Amino acid sequence: MKNFLKIFMVVILYIGFSDLKSDEKNNELKNKILKNIRCLICQGQSVYDSESEFAHSIKLIVDRKINEGLKEERIYQFLREKYGDWVIYEPQFNKNTYVLWILPLLFFIVGGAIIKKQILKKNEK
Amino acid sequence: MKNKFSLFVIIIFLSFCFVIFYKGLDNSNIYAPKIEAKKSIPIFKAKDFDSNVYIDSENFFKEDIFYIVNIWASWCVPCQTEHPLLMELSKNKLIKIIGINYRDNLKNAKKFIDEFGNPYSQIIFDSDGTASVEFGAYGVPETFIVDRNNKIIKRFIGPINKKIIKEIKLIIK
Repeated sequence: MKNFLKIFMVVILYIGFSDLKSDEKNNELKNKILKNIRCLICQGQSVYDSESEFAHSIKLIVDRKINEGLKEERIYQFLREKYGDWVIYEPQFNKNTYVLWILPLLFFIVGGAIIKKQILKKNEK
Repeated sequence: MKNKFSLFVIIIFLSFCFVIFYKGLDNSNIYAPKIEAKKSIPIFKAKDFDSNVYIDSENFFKEDIFYIVNIWASWCVPCQTEHPLLMELSKNKLIKIIGINYRDNLKNAKKFIDEFGNPYSQIIFDSDGTASVEFGAYGVPETFIVDRNNKIIKRFIGPINKKIIKEIKLIIK
């Protein structure tokens, strides 16, 4: 009987802790998403930081979507469909943003090539 | 020759930056989402204002007519401004106006309707603002035109005015 009670306690504690852990995980994900959404009322702030009515509604929606089991990207997609790409801080790689993504890389490569050329020239001298 | 070329590249680069920034001065830095294509009405569970019962949002748009969706709240001053125009619009038999009562107190909202009149055929009670998010709205008042195929074809951010009423009448003709 004593052993049974011990096992029962361990199982109950395990279930309790795993629930807490999953809540913590969901909270982390929720905060991560909210920090990446722009508030359309106070446009310099993220939804996470904003206290506007709009931000409160978005917080509820994100919470609901996470509880429904939606993945992070699917939640962003839902918000993009409603408010456009601009609502997400991190722009997606698409035909409107590829210059934004490729240009820094291009600058880096060209700059690197120029520096390398200069160094080689100096060494030759 | 080499120096001249570098100078030329720098001038071109600076001119390019100048044009980009100069053009940017004209752009508004306040972002407002646009409706790019005809979007279908969102499907969600909506709370009916009168019965307090949850209904599928599609059921609000069952008839083969144009619908106007108007987001309003009793605490919103511009909503009071546009209300007489909505009352006028509600007399038109070719359309029905669906109201979304945004983040409001039910008692205050009912008082508002009693005081200023009810232009809405049905009202969705959106106490937490999530129904408005489904429509892609982010404030009050906002107005949408939904066509006979249940597609959102036009959106007006802010209070409607006589010019907008004319535009709506032209669209539903």
